[in-house]
Amino acid sequence: MTIKDRTAIVGIGQTAYAKGLEGSELSLACQAIKAALDDAGLTPADVDGMGSYAMEANIEADVARNLGTGDITWFSQVGFGGGAGCGVVGNAAMGVATGQCQVAVTWRARKRAARGSRPWAKTAERVRGLGEWSRPWGLVRPVDEIAMLTRRYMHEYGATRDHLANVAIASRKHANRNPLAQMYEKKMTREDYMNARWISEPLCLFDNCLETDGAVACVITSAERARDLKQPAALIHSFGQGINAQHQVMTNYHRDDPLMGPAWACAEVLWRNADVTPDDVDVAQIYDAFSPLIPLSLEGYGFCKRGEGGDFTNDGALEWPNGRLPNNTSGGGMSEAYVHGFNLIVEAVRQIRGTSTSQVDDVDVSFVTSGEGVPTSALLLTKS
Amino acid sequence: MSMITGAPLPAISEDTAGFWEGTAAGELRIQRCSNCSRLRFPPRPMCPYCNALDHTWDAMSGNGRVWSFVVAHPPLLPAFMQLAPYNVVVVELEEDPLIRLVGNLLESPEGAINEVDPATIRIGEPVRVVFQPAGEDVVLPRWVRT
Repeated sequence: MTIKDRTAIVGIGQTAYAKGLEGSELSLACQAIKAALDDAGLTPADVDGMGSYAMEANIEADVARNLGTGDITWFSQVGFGGGAGCGVVGNAAMGVATGQCQVAVTWRARKRAARGSRPWAKTAERVRGLGEWSRPWGLVRPVDEIAMLTRRYMHEYGATRDHLANVAIASRKHANRNPLAQMYEKKMTREDYMNARWISEPLCLFDNCLETDGAVACVITSAERARDLKQPAALIHSFGQGINAQHQVMTNYHRDDPLMGPAWACAEVLWRNADVTPDDVDVAQIYDAFSPLIPLSLEGYGFCKRGEGGDFTNDGALEWPNGRLPNNTSGGGMSEAYVHGFNLIVEAVRQIRGTSTSQVDDVDVSFVTSGEGVPTSALLLTKS
Repeated sequence: MSMITGAPLPAISEDTAGFWEGTAAGELRIQRCSNCSRLRFPPRPMCPYCNALDHTWDAMSGNGRVWSFVVAHPPLLPAFMQLAPYNVVVVELEEDPLIRLVGNLLESPEGAINEVDPATIRIGEPVRVVFQPAGEDVVLPRWVRT
């Protein structure tokens, strides 16, 4: 038994994306969820399931008290930061498909734009767990951890900064078409990219995602009930989560092949439970806290062979409208907003509905991933 | 001057103490399974190859090669700001290239983490371990070229 096509995303909602947004994280969470319910044509009284990130500050019970839901009979949180997003939606889909709830709301709300809210800036004087083996030497930020893998990836496979620029430029062009994107009015050329200041060589400023205040929400219910709701349903065709063997979170330097991340394990179950293959995917939203995660994910999910992720990005492959795989069509984490990847999921839904500002023609299969480099997750959405 | 005031230090636990006792004694000790003899790093209580708990802490030669490296620029933790840009390397050990450690490449055993010209660092170049006190109870392994 699988959950294939048994549930759908029927409502999407968001707040504005900005630096210095007014309102608490709890307020933003409630606003986004209410907007998603309105979008679906549902009310808080319909909600009996709730799911979010383990890193989410707003607990289910408090969000429920604000929304004024009735009884909640299913709730769940998914760990590992940016790897959680599609897992939150997929777990809610399992909650609906197995009868534990009927209408689930899922969300991520975060005020991450202020410098003081950078998680790495709060590194303790004494680090335990994985940080014990990296932070004392000054490898402190997520960008440093991924830059280490990127340098090795470039060395082994000949990937270049031009490939990373391809990723960043595609996202920026899409953001320039999306009035809700933080980078809507800010163009970026290849020269801009190449001249940007270093953050952690070989990664520069524009290889990094944005810092954003904002909230995003999705409503999940059964495919059957979805037929009676306001919006065209985005069917959850397949869902995967993955931690590959001997993976170490972020500082994945210790398995036999550190350039194979959790995407490889997630891809195995995602495609096994699907009726489609990577060749059938019309549009992608690939988690992009850092640009090198795109080539690494393209390889992990089988869009190209090992080591070919860099070359895949050439010739505008990731750009709307003519690229072979338009990617992060709202601007993604690097140019729309960084809401821990949850904004990628609502964009994947828009592509099914036909409402993206960079709408791909005739989308049947919309693919979205969460963070690579950490235990991860992915979804395949299809038209009903 | 190798001590970096305010830099994060390891919270040494019962699972990891054997490594840090080694560095304090001037040895790079890596955990070895007493049952199947495989090395493993970072330290952990159970051998992932045979599930044995018994292990020893074996001194390595201290020789290795640069597996990858980054050069960190601001924004950074205050402790590291005045050192930027500085390098961080991952070194693979001669005894088992799958044992890889994060460290820094130095010009000399007493050197600072920002003295090697980053443009000269090469993946694959041979290095050897040195030990630098980093706090009252912590000695960090770092690396110099051989």
